[in-house]
Amino acid sequence: MIEIKGLHKYFGELHVLKGIDLNVAKGEVLSVIGSSGSGKSTLLYCINGLESIQQGEVIVDGVSVHEKSTDINKLRQNLGMVFQQWNSFPHLTSLENVALAPRIVKGKSKSEALAIAEKQLRHVGLGDKLTNYPSALSGGQQQRLAIARALAMEPEYMLFDEATSALDPELVGEVLETMRMLAEEGMTMICVTHEMGFARDVSDRVAYFHQGIMEEIGPPEQIFGDAHSEHTRKFLANVR
Amino acid sequence: MDYNFHWRPVFKKLPDLLEAGLLTLEVAMLSMIIGIVIGLLLAISRMSGPKPLRIFATTWVELARNTPVLFQLFFFGFGLGAFGLHLSPYLIVLVGLSFNNAGYLAENFRGGFQAVPDTQLRAARSLGMTATQTYIRIIIPQVLRIVYHPMTNQMVWAVLMSSLGMLVGFRELSGETQFFASQTYRIFEYFAMTALIYYVIVKIVLGVSKLAARRLFRY
Ligand SMILES: Nc1ncnc2c1ncn2[C@@H]1O[C@H](COP(=O)(O)OP(=O)(O)OP(=O)(O)O)[C@@H](O)[C@H]1O
Ligand SMILES: [Mg+2]
Repeated sequence: MIEIKGLHKYFGELHVLKGIDLNVAKGEVLSVIGSSGSGKSTLLYCINGLESIQQGEVIVDGVSVHEKSTDINKLRQNLGMVFQQWNSFPHLTSLENVALAPRIVKGKSKSEALAIAEKQLRHVGLGDKLTNYPSALSGGQQQRLAIARALAMEPEYMLFDEATSALDPELVGEVLETMRMLAEEGMTMICVTHEMGFARDVSDRVAYFHQGIMEEIGPPEQIFGDAHSEHTRKFLANVR
Repeated sequence: MDYNFHWRPVFKKLPDLLEAGLLTLEVAMLSMIIGIVIGLLLAISRMSGPKPLRIFATTWVELARNTPVLFQLFFFGFGLGAFGLHLSPYLIVLVGLSFNNAGYLAENFRGGFQAVPDTQLRAARSLGMTATQTYIRIIIPQVLRIVYHPMTNQMVWAVLMSSLGMLVGFRELSGETQFFASQTYRIFEYFAMTALIYYVIVKIVLGVSKLAARRLFRY
């Protein structure tokens, strides 16, 4: 379980997250929506400790993320993350991209790591691209590569930060399909997304962020059909 | 045109010249290895070191890039000599070239680090890699590719710069040539031959670099 309690985040003077309280249970799929600059990405970075926090607490399976004594690198193995920019490692083949972290972070043998990598690449439909370098892959394929790379650490949680926003429209589908598959397999997921169809069909709950505040959270039927907040309704009217 | 060319004495000394050419290559290569290591440290110091280290690194880079190489050699030769620290001619050239290489490469490396997007670091850290693992496995390999051509140029430059060694008494290719030339007065012939040897060395360096690049950077 991910527990976020009274989280405040500042970038210098800029107050980006203003007291977030949120729990995400095992197996849940949460979509986070909201306009640009509302703090959605920052929230994800605070969950896996890529950003520091100024107040409050984030607890993952009982471990406080921002505590000094926490082994953050160990914790991150359990929190896979996929970013908006496809950031496959350009100097490594697909297989090497995926096998690297299991080998050097988890200490698996080379053959074990390669076996895991191959399995995960097949899982996301890249079985025929094992020895290709990322430069030979499309944006959608690179994004699936990034998903496989995160999955190879066998995380219990996956954080998606607008995984499809930088893709050409015709490539969005294959990545959403892969995310959908993970959701069906029971992965716990927090998905920052602009894909309202995905948020509506796949998530258990949808959270709407507005200027650093979580304005509203609820099941998709309620958010999309009967939002309480004026801001939420306005936002949804604009994106559709 | 009364000058008669006499090539025979030059050919007789060719083995010695080639040996001196190897010494030139050796000192250039060693100064590159030292320069790369120090250049990396200087670049990292300038980007994220504490202030005193940053100032030290910046000063190094500025001096290496904006003063004549000859003066840099003289500094390590006669300058330090004035303080009672006497280096051998070999060490003067090695230290001087390493100093120069480190300064130039540090600037190249800095550009290289800035060219690797921040998102690479984030992606690696999000997988649980430590900062050190991230640098060694993800960042530096990409930087090396970006700076590979400037690095090759610097190696060529080091080969050519080492000829200044003759002015601090180092018997590398140029020093050796001058020694023989002054003994026989076949000055033109000797230096023509030596120029050819430099040319061949540089072509070999470029060729090896090209082959290595093909193996190293398949992406
Ligand atoms: N490293 C940083 N330094 C300073 N300000 C930052 C930094 N990262 C983000 N911000 C600011 O924090 C605010 C929230 O940014 P964030 O990226 O979390 O928004 P977002 O909801 O993900 O927006 P988008 O939909 O555009 O991705 C923005 O005003 C942004 O400019
Ligand atoms: Mg964002």
